[in-house]
Amino acid sequence: MNYEITLITTMAISVLFALSLNFISGFCGQISLGHAAFLGAGAYTAAMLSKASVPFLLTIPAAALVAGILGGLIGLTSLRVRHDFLAITTMGVGFLFIGIIRQQDFFGGEVGISGIPSSGLGKIGFMMLCAFLAIAFAAFSWFVKRSWMGFVFQSIADNEDVTRLFGIDVSRYKLIAFVIGTSGAGIAGALYAHHYRFIAPDSFGFVESVGVLAMVIVGGIGSIWGVALAAALLSILPLLVQFIDDYKLLFYSGLLFAMMRYSPGGIAAIAQSLINRARKESA
Amino acid sequence: MKETLRVENVTVRFGGVTAVEAVNLTIRQGQLVGFIGPNGAGKTTLMRAITGIVRPDSGRVLLEGNDITETDIHLRIRAGLALAQQIVQPLRALSLLDNVALACGSLRTRHPLRSMFVTGRVSEQQIARELLSNVGLADVVDEYPSTLPLGYLKRLEVARALALKPKLLLLDEPLAGLNQSEAESLADLISKLNEQGQTILLIEHNLREVLRVCPTLYVQDNGKPLAFGDADEVMSNPEVRRAYLGASHA
Repeated sequence: MNYEITLITTMAISVLFALSLNFISGFCGQISLGHAAFLGAGAYTAAMLSKASVPFLLTIPAAALVAGILGGLIGLTSLRVRHDFLAITTMGVGFLFIGIIRQQDFFGGEVGISGIPSSGLGKIGFMMLCAFLAIAFAAFSWFVKRSWMGFVFQSIADNEDVTRLFGIDVSRYKLIAFVIGTSGAGIAGALYAHHYRFIAPDSFGFVESVGVLAMVIVGGIGSIWGVALAAALLSILPLLVQFIDDYKLLFYSGLLFAMMRYSPGGIAAIAQSLINRARKESA
Repeated sequence: MKETLRVENVTVRFGGVTAVEAVNLTIRQGQLVGFIGPNGAGKTTLMRAITGIVRPDSGRVLLEGNDITETDIHLRIRAGLALAQQIVQPLRALSLLDNVALACGSLRTRHPLRSMFVTGRVSEQQIARELLSNVGLADVVDEYPSTLPLGYLKRLEVARALALKPKLLLLDEPLAGLNQSEAESLADLISKLNEQGQTILLIEHNLREVLRVCPTLYVQDNGKPLAFGDADEVMSNPEVRRAYLGASHA
């Protein structure tokens, strides 16, 4: 039973993490290759606060705040660059984050932070909290997608210049997407730290950023249920298949390539085309 | 008539090339001004200086007396400019109806955080439907841009610009790429919009249609203003004839 609880908890954290990237890349079209840095910012914030005896439930909003502020600062750069340049900028941020964490004893340096206190909720309670937060973020994403904000995000993802010609302050929308998305990653980071109770710089590197991007692309960029499903499946695959765990970057990159080549709309687009075909046949 | 747009001594340079030099232009409320000139005259550059896509090296742009020279593009649009672009840029993931509805909802999208808590689009879609109908696209409101020919997309550009209820509608070569019958029909629409009170600055190469619908012309050549005034007078100006037809026809 313990194993299943661990799997579900891992899945829930990954779903939350992937949905947070989906908010930035899927909704708003801003491709980020450094999203794991915000997971890390949340994880380190929560871990250090927990070790300083701050109650676990308070570490979650604190992690969201720190990751969100960091995201806001990075978002400010995203106002000036776009498309592939943004991907390169965020990738740089990811490497910068790892570089700083590794060099500072304050953050545990290369060996990371161990002995993070437990959440105090018990394994089942913690799993329920992770599942609740993942579902809550999915519901929030759905709410935003239906709103005028989601409508504008869709337009920005399609064509920023045209969106500006509607009198829309594109920069502010992009910044908000960044802050919300990175805050979500910060919450996932707080859960991650208390799930494994040990964090190290390598857990928040480029491989993790590519991994979470693969989840979003495989699920169907912008699709909430597609991304949640892909994140749930891809997060437990390395736990079930040793080969995938050993060759994570190869696996995720291959998956990304295959999806972009054969089904750029991901699982969501495949499902939609199957539904359309079934409807046509029944009509 | 009230002054809608004033371009004062505007110069735009790209490196060592002067694309627009010391241009002065005034457009009054209710006017339909045809903006013509040979290739390389700097027409699109001046249009871009008005919308804010390029910043002038010197001079000022005023909209209803307010200096907008340093204003960001989205704020110029809110102040009353709207642009239908030369190369159509529909939002391909949205239906025609939603392309226009988004522009209709400019009050809803003005404040990002407030826009998160508003979901309904029915009233904007209703207005969008009317606008699309006015430009002759009533039958294809639910279609997606990728499935439609250029003539339809040119009209979509106009409908989207009109959705912003602009004080000045800027049309950048709306007839380019259209066949004669499509061009005539769109030119008629532009004329009708002007009759309804819309102030319009129309950049266009299709001289036949410009002369048919525009009572006033502004001509630019090599980035410099050449003539402005009544269409017949402007076209009989030897300088304009020389610019268009060569020295032997002046």
